[in-house]
Amino acid sequence: MEIILFAILLSAGVGFFAYNAWKVRYNILLGQDIDRSDRKGERLKTMILVAFGQKKMFSRPIPALLHLALYVAFIITQIELIEIAIDGLSGHHRFFYFKLGGFYTFMISFIEILSVLAFVATLAFLIRRNLLKLPRFTMKELIGWPTKDANLILLMEIVLICCIFSMNGADEVLYSRGGSHVEFAKGHYDFAISSWMGPLFFENLSIDALHVIERIGWWGHILMVFAFLNYLPYSKHFHILLAFPNTFYSNLEQKGKFTNMESVTNEVKLMLDPNADPYAAPANPEEAPKRFGAKDVTDLTWKNLLDAYTCTECGRCSSSCPANVTGKLLSPRKIMMDTRDRLVEVGENYRKHGKGYDDGKSLIGDYITEEEIWACTSCNACVQECPVNIDPLSIIVDLRRYLVMEESKVPSELTGMLTNIENNGAPWQFAQTERLNWANED
Amino acid sequence: MRVPTMAEKMANGESPDILFWVGCAGSFDDRAKKITKAIVKILNKCQVDFAVLGTEESCSGDPAKRAGNEFTFQMQAMMNIEVLNAYEVKKIVTACPHCFNTLKNEYPELGGNYEVIHHTQLIQDLINTGKLALEGGETFKGKKITFHDPCYLGRANDVYEAPRSLIEKLDAELVEMKRCKTKGLCCGAGGAQMFKEAEKGNKEINVERTEDALETQAEIIATGCPFCNTMMTDGVKNFEKEGAVKVMDVAELIAHAADL
Repeated sequence: MEIILFAILLSAGVGFFAYNAWKVRYNILLGQDIDRSDRKGERLKTMILVAFGQKKMFSRPIPALLHLALYVAFIITQIELIEIAIDGLSGHHRFFYFKLGGFYTFMISFIEILSVLAFVATLAFLIRRNLLKLPRFTMKELIGWPTKDANLILLMEIVLICCIFSMNGADEVLYSRGGSHVEFAKGHYDFAISSWMGPLFFENLSIDALHVIERIGWWGHILMVFAFLNYLPYSKHFHILLAFPNTFYSNLEQKGKFTNMESVTNEVKLMLDPNADPYAAPANPEEAPKRFGAKDVTDLTWKNLLDAYTCTECGRCSSSCPANVTGKLLSPRKIMMDTRDRLVEVGENYRKHGKGYDDGKSLIGDYITEEEIWACTSCNACVQECPVNIDPLSIIVDLRRYLVMEESKVPSELTGMLTNIENNGAPWQFAQTERLNWANED
Repeated sequence: MRVPTMAEKMANGESPDILFWVGCAGSFDDRAKKITKAIVKILNKCQVDFAVLGTEESCSGDPAKRAGNEFTFQMQAMMNIEVLNAYEVKKIVTACPHCFNTLKNEYPELGGNYEVIHHTQLIQDLINTGKLALEGGETFKGKKITFHDPCYLGRANDVYEAPRSLIEKLDAELVEMKRCKTKGLCCGAGGAQMFKEAEKGNKEINVERTEDALETQAEIIATGCPFCNTMMTDGVKNFEKEGAVKVMDVAELIAHAADL
């Protein structure tokens, strides 16, 4: 009976996740193409250092260490999950216990110690968010759902860890009394934490009560895992999976290099070429003329959209953004959150009403205001700070390109600057013929 | 001061080792012109075979590109590339990190392939190869100097050490701001902000950055960008510290130390 229930839960949990993951993939692929298939070795190295090795986290050591505890605990616990899946489907109890012997004790002890560290880290994170109210966790884009989302994840982690210890602790007491399902002789697991924590909490309970607690721990653990897995695609917490592809497909160019717009290159070449025929038919008449820059999420590249799903809203970008720290409206984190929210909306629309459905809304205007994007100094601090190599700047630049080249919406002082460049080759009103005057001045 | 132009060099059948890209600020802004001259003095002193484009130089297009106007950028870039390629330029030194970034990273895709270095890198090389000696001039021994990283030199192109090594060669005490190198805070001028009012906020970015600099108790705020220079100078004025704290380009410090 338990086996059937487990099998149903497992397939439902994995199946529903796969469905949601497919939707996310569909949404990301609504973005424009960009080639990131080159330099695979360098990409792999970036992924190993930045995602697997947490390299960029360590520019802020305290949260980095707390996060590392959670991260390593999460990775190592996957091994225990394999056992839970085998036990659940086969009716065994601690399938690996006799197979692995001393190594099993070491493994579970390791998981237990990491779980304690993760517990401490989770509490610290809750305190940092809710009691210390760190500035980057109280910015206005986090009001409402994002704050609840963050706290919910942390609470789920607390529950998960409590389940692990009730499972191991109760089982330890059962085993010491000869009542464990692992074998009906008396014995000890000798796991690092539960070997003393179990007796401390559960010593006075009856064998029946212990069995109930052990089962609550076991089922609670796996149910939390399924819940967590299926919560990911709706949550900022998706970064635990997407950090890996996102860093693999990082921009490997110098940060100062903005993309070249080839569509513009072709037009400029025509303008500068005295032999060009302005009435000549376009080279690819089939190809619909692409919009300059980005008005909506579908004008951005798939990497921009992957960035948006990868963002876990930590706010390192915004806390280092010169515009944000001086009270301007711009927050690079909000740029990423808006991009994701809008993409989810567009994806839903497309699946409901057909691909290309226009709901009359757009990323610029309905989500991100012009004031925000004109506050950017393009300093790359946000790009530098992001622990998973998200690039908010390229979205800001593409939105500017749309405003300037499609809508001619330019702040008035910049219009003057641009006119000067076009007329006299400098952003100020000086004649090009005076460019060398400095050489003859004192 | 000798400032040969590419046109003159070509007329004499010469082709100089390096082109000095002065930039718009360096050509027209009164404060930045002093930096330009400091660089030329260093080049003259070391007998570097260089030339400028002079009246054939035009805006690199950086502010247009950052402002989202790719048309204006590419028009500028292609016209400049045409001139540079006609002179068969191989190597360029710039006095401005914005020109540096644009020429180095954004011109190649439009047909302009050059070795581009920032002036602090060139000066570092001149000192390291023994062509420039820092003696006889103003002494900076023991003076506190802080370096403000221009975004387009530091984060954008990973040049952090060249300007710092020059300050250390001055025998000065290099004091770092709390936000420096990869974590350096922008002066507020990048991304075409130099040419517009800032958006509404509770503080100007250059004031925030000047606070970082003043906190170090440095007597000199060194930088390597004409825009940063303007922003930091304004910031220092905002705190009425212009008597006690000077904002100078690293090239100027070196020129002073070498008595040029």
